[in-house]
Amino acid sequence: MSTTHGPETGSERRFGPYGGRYVPESLLPALDELEAVWSQLRDDAAFQGEFRGLLRDYVGRPSPLYLARRLSERAGREVWLKREDLNHTGAHKINNALGQCLIAKRMGKPRVIAETGAGQHGVATATAAALLDLECVIYMGVEDIRRQMPNVQRMRLLGTTVQPVESGARTLKEAVSQAFRDWVASVGDTHYVMGTAAGAAPFPAIVRDLQRIIGDEAREQILEQAGRLPDRVVACVGGGSNAIGIFTAFLDDPGVALVGVEAGGHGIASGSHGAVLASGVDAGVLHGSYGPVMQDAQGQILEAHSVSAGLDYPGVGPQHAWLRDSGRATYVPVEDDDAVRAFRDVARLEGIIPALESSHALHHVLNVPAPEVEVDLVCLSGRGDKDLAEALQKLEEIDGADALKLDGERTIAPALGHDPAADEDGAGPQGGEEVR
Amino acid sequence: MSTDQTTTGALRGGAGEERLAAAFAEHEGDAALMPYIMGGYPDLTTSREIAKAYVAGGADLVELGVPYSDPLADGPVVHAAGTAALQAGVTVDDVFALGEQLAADVPVVLMTYANIVLRPGVGAFAARLRDSGLSGLIVPDLPIGEESEGVVAALDAAGLAFVPLVAPTTADARVAEVRQAARGFLYAVSVTGTTGERASLGDQFAEVVTRAKTAGAGPGGGSEVPVGLGFGISNGENAAQAAAAGADGVIVGSRLVRAAGDEDPVASVSSVLADLSRGLGR
Ligand SMILES: Cc1ncc(COP(=O)(O)O)c(C=O)c1O
Repeated sequence: MSTTHGPETGSERRFGPYGGRYVPESLLPALDELEAVWSQLRDDAAFQGEFRGLLRDYVGRPSPLYLARRLSERAGREVWLKREDLNHTGAHKINNALGQCLIAKRMGKPRVIAETGAGQHGVATATAAALLDLECVIYMGVEDIRRQMPNVQRMRLLGTTVQPVESGARTLKEAVSQAFRDWVASVGDTHYVMGTAAGAAPFPAIVRDLQRIIGDEAREQILEQAGRLPDRVVACVGGGSNAIGIFTAFLDDPGVALVGVEAGGHGIASGSHGAVLASGVDAGVLHGSYGPVMQDAQGQILEAHSVSAGLDYPGVGPQHAWLRDSGRATYVPVEDDDAVRAFRDVARLEGIIPALESSHALHHVLNVPAPEVEVDLVCLSGRGDKDLAEALQKLEEIDGADALKLDGERTIAPALGHDPAADEDGAGPQGGEEVR
Repeated sequence: MSTDQTTTGALRGGAGEERLAAAFAEHEGDAALMPYIMGGYPDLTTSREIAKAYVAGGADLVELGVPYSDPLADGPVVHAAGTAALQAGVTVDDVFALGEQLAADVPVVLMTYANIVLRPGVGAFAARLRDSGLSGLIVPDLPIGEESEGVVAALDAAGLAFVPLVAPTTADARVAEVRQAARGFLYAVSVTGTTGERASLGDQFAEVVTRAKTAGAGPGGGSEVPVGLGFGISNGENAAQAAAAGADGVIVGSRLVRAAGDEDPVASVSSVLADLSRGLGR
């Protein structure tokens, strides 16, 4: 990997041609400060001690590595799940949010802001802010507020202000833009907790450094539990933080294939997707970083689409773009419908409700043939409770009223209804009225 | 890039920079009036009328904004206007055409974001600026340094001025570096924040302008590049304060964009310009 290093600090500002700091002049001092502070804290024993301690006692790390037996049977190869869904707050996002809030503390900044799509990064930042007594404002598109209401309520309970964003498609891209605008004005006392390994340098490098614990643990765990390295590591890619987090430990293992799964949305041909790397779009500038981005012929940034709010982003982290170009990693799309069915199938095969984001990676592992692979390692980046309403509705749309029926003779009672066995006339004790 | 320390001799920004310099020179001792227009807002036809009203209202230079999907440095008023123009189908071509019309009367500096410049390629974009008769370019997300090198070189080659920005958060040494790289003028942002109207900030103007002109200057003193003050200037009183603070140019954006959204946009922007002109003692 050829990366350019900031001369004084050692932080990567570019990955190949990608990355950089395309931001208003007023933000440069904050990026300089962040780069300098991180280059110290990264190797600072006291800081790392505090961070590791919280990851263990507060987040619950190390997260387990679990050999999913029924998924393995179905896939015809071993499928190991790295259980980031079991972290406190239910996703990998807490690793980064906690780390960055600790950095904010060290920089003496009393206020943090962040964007959120699925709400997981918002909840994680709100949680770390509560823990560390920081003021917290989360920007969230109103479409995502609709899709992820439970997480909005969680953030409010945690004492965070959720700021609805009305512009554009009202999803993640606009939330990031609005957070940047806040930061342009508030940079003196505020740290921007970027939620993914994208944006202006040094964010992609910092977020990777804070998330690489996923892969560091998983590599050790699989060596111990399976006695070997996996043939393949698979993770979903929105901005790319969970993927770069699990990939990093395996970058120098040439026998381990790295596969990022992007949002195929309604299909690449439809233009309505978030598969920035797989679709091969041109590079441009979004949110302070140069890299592949969905844009029109004039350079206007286009809206992405995904059933999962966390993958609904028209850009991607610069290191992933470079991993693709250099051939070290490959990126594939998985469409909305397939992801939603994988969501259901994994719940039924393993008793695990995966995040819709993670369900994209799971579909690829379960349903796309890979005869050369004997052992798969999958990043289960989060749990899917937040997605229930959206996913169940979508399932009904694509598979009709039978979406939750099992194969064969067993049927599942509808979520709402009466119990026909409860009395003779079949109308139930409520006389046919629905009960909750 | 503090490569070129010369402040004498041929202007690096060529004919574009010369035209800007002449506009500032006409107002030696007081401040040039530089209104901002969002190209194509509220619609193309009205936008052309507004541009004429700027010329009639005493604009010495015009800053022409290109509607953009993700304007990170813009506050709610300019952002909403850009979004409305995009929804009305306004294209980058349309804005160049508007600029060409304006440039017949006043020097025009295009203001847009990096991706609009990089998309066609910096050389092609510079050629379009030149062919449309525009004089310079402001790109808030292309700070002086590695990110803007290619654009600055392309503009220099095309004879156009790259106008960089400094902010209140910019350290003295960096102010000097940016000032040395400025062609045409240096855009001094009066507040840490996005574009937008604000309650009186006049008492801070002197410090902002003085820093822009002299911060970090070595024994030879600052360069002679004019300083335009912008962000948060919305009326004659602010304009007078900016001129008194030593600004060579007064940039007015959000107040005028808001006026452009009024029921009678031409009348509204004309009255804002009249107030600004009074403030500048005209
Ligand atoms: C559970 C989960 N997985 C994945 C993502 C995608 O983000 P990233 O690509 O940064 O991991 C999100 C984002 O919200 C998420 O909540």
